[in-house]
Amino acid sequence: MDKRAAFRSWWLPSLFALPQIILILLFFYWPAVAVLRWAFTLEPPFGGAAEFVGLANFQEVFADPLYWNSVGVSLAFALCGTLATIFIGLVLALAVDRQLPGSAPFRFLYILPYAIAGPAAGMAFRFILSPERGLMASVNAAFPDFWNPAKYGSHALILVIVVFAWKWAGYTFIFLLAGLQSVPRSLIEAAAMDGCGPIRRAVDIQIPMLAPTLFFLLVIMMTEGFVGADTYGIVARTTDGGPNHGTDVMVYRIVEEAFRGLNYSGASAQSLVLIGLIMVFTFIQFRFIERQVHYK
Amino acid sequence: MADIAIRAVRKSYGKTPTLHGIDLAFASGEFVVILGPSGCGKSTLLRMIAGLEEITAGEIAINGRVVNRLEPRERGCAMVFQNYALYPHMTVAGNIGYALKVAGVPKAERLRRIEETAKIVGLVDYLDRKPAALSGGQRQRVAMARAIIREPNVFLFDEPLSNLDAKLRVTMRAEIRKLHQRLSATSIFVTHDQVEAMTLADKLVVMNKGVVEQVGQPLDIYHRPASIFVASFIGSPAMNLFDAHISVHDACLAFGGTKMPIEKALAARLGERHVTVGIRPEQCVVASEARGIAMKVDFVEELGSGRVIHSELGGQPFAACIDEETHVRPGDRIALELPLAHLHVFDRETGRRIELEFEPRSGRGATKRQMLEAV
Repeated sequence: MDKRAAFRSWWLPSLFALPQIILILLFFYWPAVAVLRWAFTLEPPFGGAAEFVGLANFQEVFADPLYWNSVGVSLAFALCGTLATIFIGLVLALAVDRQLPGSAPFRFLYILPYAIAGPAAGMAFRFILSPERGLMASVNAAFPDFWNPAKYGSHALILVIVVFAWKWAGYTFIFLLAGLQSVPRSLIEAAAMDGCGPIRRAVDIQIPMLAPTLFFLLVIMMTEGFVGADTYGIVARTTDGGPNHGTDVMVYRIVEEAFRGLNYSGASAQSLVLIGLIMVFTFIQFRFIERQVHYK
Repeated sequence: MADIAIRAVRKSYGKTPTLHGIDLAFASGEFVVILGPSGCGKSTLLRMIAGLEEITAGEIAINGRVVNRLEPRERGCAMVFQNYALYPHMTVAGNIGYALKVAGVPKAERLRRIEETAKIVGLVDYLDRKPAALSGGQRQRVAMARAIIREPNVFLFDEPLSNLDAKLRVTMRAEIRKLHQRLSATSIFVTHDQVEAMTLADKLVVMNKGVVEQVGQPLDIYHRPASIFVASFIGSPAMNLFDAHISVHDACLAFGGTKMPIEKALAARLGERHVTVGIRPEQCVVASEARGIAMKVDFVEELGSGRVIHSELGGQPFAACIDEETHVRPGDRIALELPLAHLHVFDRETGRRIELEFEPRSGRGATKRQMLEAV
């Protein structure tokens, strides 16, 4: 039945696999091992002999109140970003799925922001939501300091979450639209016969049937919010972690500490903690939320 | 209880017309079956009555009220879908009671009515289960219960039995019929299965290619099919159809190398023409070589209660039902008499029926004037 290519020698298949193996070793395992080593040693900033220090790096990280601040900021960012992204994607997907006349171009349009790099989007939004010249400027004229991400940490956090949601809503939209399209049309029709309007149908029939997709997106978006490249990129290009560490998410702090502060050991320790945190979150999600999900 | 009037209803998808002007009237409490091959527009018509498809032209009235622009929920129809369309994340009770929940019926009353309805369809022990844990027949019952609980004016069935196995289909057919006797709501049942159609219908509508071919009681349609299409679609095994020629000079019907004498007056009335002649396999009679038409048996289907022989007449396949006493083997020759009284004659160009007699056999049906018009 299933055709398999049979190799007589061991070296030929190894040769085929070699490029991939080299790539993984070079760009994944080597750095991972290096981080592991650095986290338990004191790495001199300009190279040279490293000294084993045990858990001293971790003690230093945990003793720093700014570190705990960044954990809180990261949590807020990932949680709000994820919920906003999924909610926006869901609303857009439900609207497009109704297949009202003229809805076809939107299927394509809503995905477009996902094709734009996070830092570029961040740059654009710095202007769009600039308190002096952007969309909010007129509001600020009436109510001074109503919106000023350069001054207030909470505003800055909202700004980066908005950029994150703007970019990633297109991503959740694709998955949710695909999920909606796999809901049998006859179920929607049955609900219409049972007397439901479009909103009731969405809440009672479509969203429960999307549960596996929603759960998948929750896990993916939480991870993306914590460690995604965009999270760093957006923060770096819009707020630089400020003002007063108000948007100092964990990934931003790690990169800053490693490459600006040249504290490789502290950054490595933080990376390990971050990985552990992601694992704990994913575990919680699978353990407690997945129970509510019905796979067909 | 509601009567339904369908007036000059058309449906097109873009520029493709699928229904070409349908006119039908169903009396209150009637069990109507719409029968046709797949793609004939029967489901589309049903969905237009339900409000799931827009009506391109014409109008549909339920109880005298035109419903063209009403939402499905405002029409008082309940529908049983082909694939049941049960909500997979709700229990059986949740499925049955969903319409009431949406309508805002208080919980206590809802539970009482769910219980009541479940009793009707025999599902009381399954109320806590999810649809995935039910058999096909049980799912079918849930779908029906979901329709019953709404106490609709009109029941719509969209090929509800086609996903069941043959035995269950017969049982559910009987149950649907019983249910209708009990609730006596107007029911419209769409199917492509002619046995279902014959057994269930008070009134049978045969559709083909977006037009209504014939409307009537099942037996009338069986005995007097109005067109070649209806003749070939209703009855199992299917009616034998073959080309023939009416000769006024010889006063005979000529086909497959034989000539069957007919009355001179009849021949004169019909006129010299090419026709298509049909006879049902069960109405062929085994006869002596002298009286019947001899043909070679190609193969035999054993049915237990009888057998169907397959043969050829004038180059076209021909089937006949014979009783179990008559033994034939492939290769044998057999003579069959085709009684004139059971012949159906159709115009070859229009495909419409041509009446041979002035007095219709079943008493009902076409009048003399209509028959003359048909000729």
